[in-house]
Amino acid sequence: MLLDNEEKAMLDGAHGTAKRKAMELLVKYGNALGAEKLIKTDNVVGTVGMATPFVRDYALKPGGLDAAFSEFNLDSDETIETPEFEAFTCQVIHGIDTEHWEQQGGAKEVADLQKRGEAHFGRRGVNMMGTCTPYQVGNVPVMGQHCAWMESSAVVYCNSVLGARTNTEGRESTGAASVTARIPYWGLHIPENRSATHRIDVEFDVDDMMDWGLLGYWVGHVVQDDIPLLAGVKSQPNMMKLKHFGAAAASSGGVELFHIPGATPEATSIEAITRPGRALATLKYGAKERREAYDMLNAGAHEKKVDFIMLGCPHDSIEQIRRAAQLLDGKHIDPSVQLWIFTPRSIKSVADRSGYTKIIRDAGAWLMSDTCPAIGRVAPKGTKVVATDSAKQSHYLPAILGVEAWFGSIEECVDAALTGRWNGGLK
Amino acid sequence: MSGVILRGRTVVGGVVEGEALVTRETISGWGGMDPRTGTITELRHELRGQSFKDKILVFPGAKGSSAWSHYFHMARLAGAAPKALLFNRMSTKVALGAVVTRAPAMTDFDRDPLDVIKTGDWVKVDADTGRVEILRKKDR
Repeated sequence: MLLDNEEKAMLDGAHGTAKRKAMELLVKYGNALGAEKLIKTDNVVGTVGMATPFVRDYALKPGGLDAAFSEFNLDSDETIETPEFEAFTCQVIHGIDTEHWEQQGGAKEVADLQKRGEAHFGRRGVNMMGTCTPYQVGNVPVMGQHCAWMESSAVVYCNSVLGARTNTEGRESTGAASVTARIPYWGLHIPENRSATHRIDVEFDVDDMMDWGLLGYWVGHVVQDDIPLLAGVKSQPNMMKLKHFGAAAASSGGVELFHIPGATPEATSIEAITRPGRALATLKYGAKERREAYDMLNAGAHEKKVDFIMLGCPHDSIEQIRRAAQLLDGKHIDPSVQLWIFTPRSIKSVADRSGYTKIIRDAGAWLMSDTCPAIGRVAPKGTKVVATDSAKQSHYLPAILGVEAWFGSIEECVDAALTGRWNGGLK
Repeated sequence: MSGVILRGRTVVGGVVEGEALVTRETISGWGGMDPRTGTITELRHELRGQSFKDKILVFPGAKGSSAWSHYFHMARLAGAAPKALLFNRMSTKVALGAVVTRAPAMTDFDRDPLDVIKTGDWVKVDADTGRVEILRKKDR
């Protein structure tokens, strides 16, 4: 890989051990990819979360926060003092909500460790957003900006809806990017790699949130990690629909970029997002395909008695919280279930001020932040059957928590919370 | 059929021998495997319940969460990582995952390893010279 003088100096240790270790990792990683060079980045979404069991084992030792950062963020066996970060860096969703850990069944020592970690890494430049949706709370890169983001649902949003450029980075590569402000120039950083590979003719009228989730889940399943172009979309999607669509497509497949003429910025025309001479694989999404997606998502669910209802994956927008509050207003959830709704903490403060949090709490449900059942492996004790409006959680929770999961609309999920039973179905 | 040789590109260097575990399905890190044991946990995956610990893992590529590398990183620390990674489709997930797993890894083969290598075959991976040799086919 070609390195510029500053990068060579970092690799030689002229700027300290942390930058040397970080640059060593980026060179190994870039060579593994077959990248020709590194690119400057000043927008990183990574994690210094300390709550998961493996990381905790390192972090709880004396001086352990730096040891955990060295091992898990720089792949360094040697413990290095964590430096001030070069690049603008935001904390992604992580393992524990330090305000609701008790309700989530967490341990005080884990919450305390996480808070210590936030203080330690915060002053080194990690902005503690604590969300899978940094674009909802102030990290909104501009079109063409080179980023280094983790979190598959954020990556696909960053590329597709914002037109910024990032690959799906990991904990170690974002750690190295924060320290050096560099990331391999590969994949979606390169304009030629951003053209569509598949054309999906969307014949079913996809409009509501549930349908955007189903479409995303089906598209990811068929294109895997290729780049779909959605043609024929009749209803203009908004931020929360594209957030749900992308998260679903990144779960059933590995979609990191999609194009929708009329909705996403690079799709100014079909020509702008297709490569001359390359034929697109063309697929149709109709009622049959919609049914397939629904059946895949609900394949593992049989028991109609539900224990746990989860909303807010990816983390809810304020509009979604308002909708939940409307559905719960003046009612109370069934005593046999719990309903947890997840949103970034700064959006929760808007919900607090708007009275939504009180409506949700009065109904017996909780508004939480920072984590989710899948990332934090948190669910009410004894949960066997989950209902969720998230295709992503429905995809992952059976494997992560060993539960059955129903996927449906927010209305069906709130109904399940109020009655204790799943009455949903594809209409 | 033993003695079959594939040539490919080095992702991470190193030389190992071991038993192959082959799947035609892409593999998830977070949410798809248990890093303590290397067992595939993804619902509906053809390897569900099987462990890649100490195996030469032959697979199409990575999918799913950006914590792919972190999960393979943890599997290495738990002693449950694969011995080598042979795959077809390059991605940031699998490249970073291979680097932090610190296991020999290769891609871009002259023949599709999924066609040539079968589960149970004894395989030598020489990622320093970009060579994979099937030393012994599994009796079947």
